[in-house]
Amino acid sequence: MEFTLTDLTHLLPIVIVAASVLVAMTIDMFTKEADKTLGWFTALSLFAAAYVSLFFVDKTGVHLSGVVASGGATNILHFVFTFGAGVVALISMEYAKKTEMRVGEYYVLVLSSVLGMMLIAAAKDLAVIFVGLEQMSISFYALAGIRRKRDKSVEASLKYFLLGAFATGFVVYGMALIYGSSGTMALDTIRYAFPDLVSQPLFVLGLALFVIGFAFKIAAVPFHMWAPDVYQGSPTPVAGLMSTVGKAAAFAALLLIFRPVFDGAENALFPFLAIVATLSMLYGAIVAIAQDDLKRMLAYSSVAHAGYMLIGFASGEATGAAGVIYYLVAYAFMNLGAFGIIAMIESAEETNLKVQDYAGLGTRAPALAALLSLFMFALSGIPPLAGFFGKYYVFIAAVEGGATWLALVGVASSAISVYFYLRVVVVMYFGKSENRMEYSVSNVSLLGVTISAMLVILLGVLPGSIIKLIESFVR
Amino acid sequence: MAIELIYLTVALPLAGFLVNGLLGSRIKNEKAIGAIGAGVVGLSFVIVVMAFFETLGKPVAERTSVVELYSWLAAGDIGVSIAYQVDQLSLVMAMVVTGVGFLIHVYSIGYMHGDKAFWRFFAYLNLFIFAMMNLILADNFVLMFLGWEGVGLCSYLLIGFWYDKKFEKSTTSEAAKKAFVVNRIGDFGFLLGMFLILTTFGSLNFGEVFAGVAAAENVPPLTFELIAIFLFIGATGKSAQIPLYVWLPDAMAGPTPVSALIHAATMVTAGVYMVARTSIIYVNAPTALMVVAVVGLATAFFAATIGLVQNDIKKVLAYSTVSQLGYMFLALGSGAFVAGVFHVMTHAFFKALLFLGAGSVIHGMHEEQDIQKYGGLKKYMPRTYITFLIASLAISGIPPLAGFFSKDEILWYSFMNRGEIFWIVGAVTALLTAFYMFRLLSLTFYGKPRFDEAHTKPHESPYVMTVPLMILAVLSIVGGWIGIPEIFSGEHGNLFHSWLAPVFAEANLAHGAHPSHTTEILLMAISVAGAAGAAYLGYRMYSSSKKQPGELKGAAGAVHKLLFNKYYVDELYDATAVKPTVWTSRYLLWKFIDVGVIDGFINFLGSLVERLSGVLRKMQTGVAQFYAAIMTLGVAITILWIILSL
Repeated sequence: MEFTLTDLTHLLPIVIVAASVLVAMTIDMFTKEADKTLGWFTALSLFAAAYVSLFFVDKTGVHLSGVVASGGATNILHFVFTFGAGVVALISMEYAKKTEMRVGEYYVLVLSSVLGMMLIAAAKDLAVIFVGLEQMSISFYALAGIRRKRDKSVEASLKYFLLGAFATGFVVYGMALIYGSSGTMALDTIRYAFPDLVSQPLFVLGLALFVIGFAFKIAAVPFHMWAPDVYQGSPTPVAGLMSTVGKAAAFAALLLIFRPVFDGAENALFPFLAIVATLSMLYGAIVAIAQDDLKRMLAYSSVAHAGYMLIGFASGEATGAAGVIYYLVAYAFMNLGAFGIIAMIESAEETNLKVQDYAGLGTRAPALAALLSLFMFALSGIPPLAGFFGKYYVFIAAVEGGATWLALVGVASSAISVYFYLRVVVVMYFGKSENRMEYSVSNVSLLGVTISAMLVILLGVLPGSIIKLIESFVR
Repeated sequence: MAIELIYLTVALPLAGFLVNGLLGSRIKNEKAIGAIGAGVVGLSFVIVVMAFFETLGKPVAERTSVVELYSWLAAGDIGVSIAYQVDQLSLVMAMVVTGVGFLIHVYSIGYMHGDKAFWRFFAYLNLFIFAMMNLILADNFVLMFLGWEGVGLCSYLLIGFWYDKKFEKSTTSEAAKKAFVVNRIGDFGFLLGMFLILTTFGSLNFGEVFAGVAAAENVPPLTFELIAIFLFIGATGKSAQIPLYVWLPDAMAGPTPVSALIHAATMVTAGVYMVARTSIIYVNAPTALMVVAVVGLATAFFAATIGLVQNDIKKVLAYSTVSQLGYMFLALGSGAFVAGVFHVMTHAFFKALLFLGAGSVIHGMHEEQDIQKYGGLKKYMPRTYITFLIASLAISGIPPLAGFFSKDEILWYSFMNRGEIFWIVGAVTALLTAFYMFRLLSLTFYGKPRFDEAHTKPHESPYVMTVPLMILAVLSIVGGWIGIPEIFSGEHGNLFHSWLAPVFAEANLAHGAHPSHTTEILLMAISVAGAAGAAYLGYRMYSSSKKQPGELKGAAGAVHKLLFNKYYVDELYDATAVKPTVWTSRYLLWKFIDVGVIDGFINFLGSLVERLSGVLRKMQTGVAQFYAAIMTLGVAITILWIILSL
């Protein structure tokens, strides 16, 4: 195996993040608790990697004996992971100080989870997907329990680990069956042999198990049960990380396996995906209504959004995949923004998380309330914000793929979901409250949230150019 | 260079709106706010003028350029871009909007001085310019519609700017609401027209649609007629034509600079611009074009008669605006698209001047708007008086002022392409115009004061207000000279024509007849003599210091009452359209269908979902084993389904 300078430059985003993991560990040895140095280092190196990802977006190629790809859609996904995690780092600093979290491990784990995601998106081989998946998942298990003195955090970590291990089992078993029936782990080889393989029951079964494993990671019904408990128990920035870029990484794996091999609504697994998408959208939207805890509400909302994104797979055309990627970007930043604000309002003892606690925020913190309203409007899909066009593109994909009914289900569940998103806005502006809670607004957190807000607006104002860009890379 | 930068003329006012809108309440300093508000529009004007000269330097065939900023949305074959089209027509409109707009912004600094929401006013004005520039520069119907709706919103916001102020029998908010609702009716027509264009030609881009129209062979004529009529319904709303003109007189509830900018010089001409822009559709729809001519002529005459007897200075000007807009549509309907746009321009100069002059009078008279309570203001407000006089001469069509050239051209084309009747009614309207303008002028500035001079002390306005008046007065004099008809200008020809005509090259209406130069001069002489006579009559009747204007009412009797009450059109609409609609809305749509049927159904669904939610959440037991069991169940069902389906 050769490793040339070309490989190095093409894989520079991954290299930067990998190096940052090591450097972060070293910095940790020389800094005190609650120091912001590590936070800034993490944020800046992630933003640097994000910049490089976009800069090298046209450097397509395969490297390291053909197991890792670079350029194109891979780099766009890398941008989402690194930039999104960079925003997470920004909103973490104040939160870490407030809750006296162990920052050393924290940032190292964030970086290492991002490294795992990047491997998934770059994979040309099933084994690489698995390595990336494990690197990400194990980092997440540890991150969920990083506030180890709090029972809820530990509980979330353990639950996530148990169920995650269970799901990983399916992935591995699926891979084994795929390998057994096709004789290869290379995605490209599988793609060429696909027309012959699809008639083999074992191959289809393997594929199904593989998809189920990732359906767990994206929290799609009925493999979603872990999400509300884990999101609620994890530190808020971690929940933001898992629900946005973590989900994006799992979708990257699904895109890898589906894009090349499947052909729209005709494909063998489509009925399965359609049912999972329908259940996710409706279940997520309906159950979110009953939630008072904002983090739980966003957990169910993330279940529903996983459903919307699955709709994009209805079309085998490039528009479907581009729609999914667009949705991932949009969802990542509107959700991160919301989590960022929750992290600011939340107290160290994890109070002030109920919807009712936000009453009167509109007058006391007009800027925060306006930003949170923006994210809520975006999440509920109101134009001209990012969320609207995300839905628009995946619904278009469904119509093009001949599954109009799926788009209709999406519209219906969007209508339901408006209720719980806008309830937050209503409570903030019209709710009466005696609660004079303290909240900590730091400039760094505000920076992270503002960046998210700007991206949410930008994605809504320039949807045409962005989707064209993404489409040109997934073709 | 300047053409590529044309997007700045949109971006700058937007920036001004954001700065004043978001930070204005903190800036507090009126000068800074005013400088930002007027400055961005002034800069836009400079860019437009530079783009104009750049375009002028190009060969005629290359004068259209499209500056595409980005693709806004794309779905299948339909794409909408944020793209601006710079050509002869959009440049003329853009120069008027930014130029006159800039002067009105400057004037507003003086007029709005001391207002508690000074910043909000300038933020809205800039937002208006932003929307209006989008409307004008758009290269597709969607972006144009965006601007169209935007100016409607700004109009609403600015009419109701003093939302707590009394206006006639109700409040300014009611007037704003009326304007908005009436405009919505028109917008609906515009939308229908757009939908029909999209289904017929498969695009909403001007270039593609117009190319499609030119090449269309199997499009049924009725389609063209329908598109043209739908678009024209949109135009009647925005440009206050019969039957949708009723909102404009009430729009005078807004601050006077708003009346000048939005309800006289710019926004209300959007309908004229739209018809001119889509002229190629209209020449393919002869019946619709005839409708445009008839509606324009009828509106011109009808509004002028109402203007004869109104006593509110702004009301007179409002009906005058409706009437002049009618002239513009008469021009368009007569196939004289250039003349229509020419009148848009000259009208912008003298009507903005009239409104700003009226604002200066109102300002000097401590918010009094009733001309019966004016009189002899000439000596108190000399600068306002001179400029107002110039504007009155211009609108009355006295040569060589601006209004003469554009109005004359319209009358001439209506004579050629639509026949004598159109000319006669048009000329009579011109007489009426001269009469009511000089009635207004005389009651205001001549004669003896009819107010308590000891108590009310009229004063001239500051220079920040009167300098814009002077500039507009110069424009009202010389503005028409670029459109001197061929019979006078000889070999140079009509400059405005040679500039603008290429835009309408494919929209030529066959001339009915080619009357001789003698006829042209004769007709011109008749209308000028008539207007001069009517102006003199107006002056004689109302400048006499002894006669109280109220006494004149007796002679006219019933006619006067009919005119004074504006033909009872408001009452008619109220009885036939508003009341039934409100009744149906309230009792049938709201109380029965909405509350009973729809809300009932929604509430039923809502409670169902809520109950379902309550049940489903119980699944979330918190026990990991249970979660794993659910997952296993899902996997089992999937595997079973795969085995069965294979």
